[in-house]
Amino acid sequence: MKHVLGIVVSLGVLVALDIVLPRLLNPYLFQVLVLCGINVILAVSLNLVNGFTGQFSIGHAGFMAIGAYGSAMFSLEIGQRWVTTLGALGVPPVIAQGAALLVALLAGGALAAVAGYLVGLPSLRLRGDYLAIVTLGFGEIIRVVILNVDAIGAARGLPGIPGWVNFFWVGFWVLIVIVVSRRLAASTHGRALFAIRDDEVAAEALGVDTTSYKVLAFVMGAFFAGVAGGLFAHYLSYLNPNSFTFLKSIEVIAMVVLGGMGSISGAVMAAVLLTLAPELLRPVKDYRMVIYSLMLIVLMITRPGGLMGSREIGWPRFLRRAKAEHA
Amino acid sequence: MNPDVLLELDHVTMQFGGLKAVADLSLEIGRGELVGLIGPNGAGKTTVFNLVTGVYTPTVGRVLLEGRAIQGLRPHAIARRGITRTFQNIRLFASRTCRDNVRIAAHQHSGASLADALLRTARFERDERDMRAKADELLAVLGLTEWADTPASDLPYGQQRRLEIARALAGRPLLLLLDEPAAGLNPQESEQLMHLIEQIRRQFQVTILLIEHDMRVVMGICRRIAVLDYGVKIAEGTPDQIRTDPKVIEAYLGEDVHASPEAAS
Repeated sequence: MKHVLGIVVSLGVLVALDIVLPRLLNPYLFQVLVLCGINVILAVSLNLVNGFTGQFSIGHAGFMAIGAYGSAMFSLEIGQRWVTTLGALGVPPVIAQGAALLVALLAGGALAAVAGYLVGLPSLRLRGDYLAIVTLGFGEIIRVVILNVDAIGAARGLPGIPGWVNFFWVGFWVLIVIVVSRRLAASTHGRALFAIRDDEVAAEALGVDTTSYKVLAFVMGAFFAGVAGGLFAHYLSYLNPNSFTFLKSIEVIAMVVLGGMGSISGAVMAAVLLTLAPELLRPVKDYRMVIYSLMLIVLMITRPGGLMGSREIGWPRFLRRAKAEHA
Repeated sequence: MNPDVLLELDHVTMQFGGLKAVADLSLEIGRGELVGLIGPNGAGKTTVFNLVTGVYTPTVGRVLLEGRAIQGLRPHAIARRGITRTFQNIRLFASRTCRDNVRIAAHQHSGASLADALLRTARFERDERDMRAKADELLAVLGLTEWADTPASDLPYGQQRRLEIARALAGRPLLLLLDEPAAGLNPQESEQLMHLIEQIRRQFQVTILLIEHDMRVVMGICRRIAVLDYGVKIAEGTPDQIRTDPKVIEAYLGEDVHASPEAAS
């Protein structure tokens, strides 16, 4: 009952914002907002792998690319026809497009999750720097493959993807990835991931199946990265392999590290900050990236554990008390 | 198969390149026993632990738990069958609280799936409540209640050793392997630890195999002691037999122990 109420309220708020925000914000600000959301999903999902489990992956852009191209191809080949059919049956376009988008995102996410599984396998044998190199290689392979497959546009890019993404869907997935992360962290499964990060040998000796959990972290992280890619594709309506270079992976890692390894709220804050910073710095033109980098350096020197360290922002105290009384 | 034998090492050899860390070792540990494993540094004691817990697979020989071969199984599978351990060089989950350290080891007994956790089902809530209660119970037994919410890395050294034991017990082991639990403790702390180990054995009905250099601890609580030297078992017997065994004195204990067992500590 409590669950249902929470879900209804959250969805209601999202719908309201979805109606209000595009009218309040100019298209530029709205786009920045959507990109913030997509980056939050990327950062929080990478945090599952790098932050929770301590497996250093620098191939996140690769999973994002798989989700982006996978979901885009799904919509182009199948989803659009569904929307036409549903429209002919009298279903309102928002609903039909939303449904088609949801399926496309799930398909893109699932495809990325399969890739996450395949990349997770070497992580069973490799640690630290070596794993990082493998994931880096994976990310590049994905990009180069896309660059050479003509059916998905190759170097020309993939145009004409239906622009079905609105604020509702971005907000929806941001909420999902945060709730999933938080619930995972508060469960025995999350504690198993933290145990692997802190001491893999001890975790294994105490009955944690480290193999399965490392793969699980990769699969979950990749799934949400794929969804983020799908949102990206259906927002911009155009994909180019150059959006998924290894620099994109590094950008997401910077968000996780800056936020504080393992902190969900930290990853959210850092993702928003690092998406806004380059935009806010536009007036200084040539010095933009210099200041951006300096900002990162200063932040890491002054807060070496990241913005949040390993802490979380919880419910404010009065809300927590209300919750406790309710339960 | 003798049902009273919990763990059996059957002619186990562990070879690293040209080095035999453990050579043709046979050892039986009975249910409910508290057995000491001693020997000079580098004798292969910790290697024996690593063989029993699946970190290494023996080059030759078998490791049997309740008559079933467990060599070659992954460490987590062996932990699930009932063998947990502590580490000589403390390996706590440093960033986690004491309670979480213990709960992580209880993970293997949790029935709630990932879906349960994500959907917050009743089963998940019940499981988490149980695990928390059991963890707090174990922390209380080990005298760590006041540290329950403290990150393991912030614990004083002696408490870290205790937390390792609490954590190993959370897996509800049949056999508990303690790797130098008294290392780095002062005499009073070792003394307390001795009583604690004896209490744990009785309260949790767990069989214990103990590696220890503190002879007062070993001689004080173990009914039976095995001595390793260069990977070979050179003696096995009661503390009195070990104390007077000329081979053990030569290899490990030294002459003066004969007169006073305290001196070796």
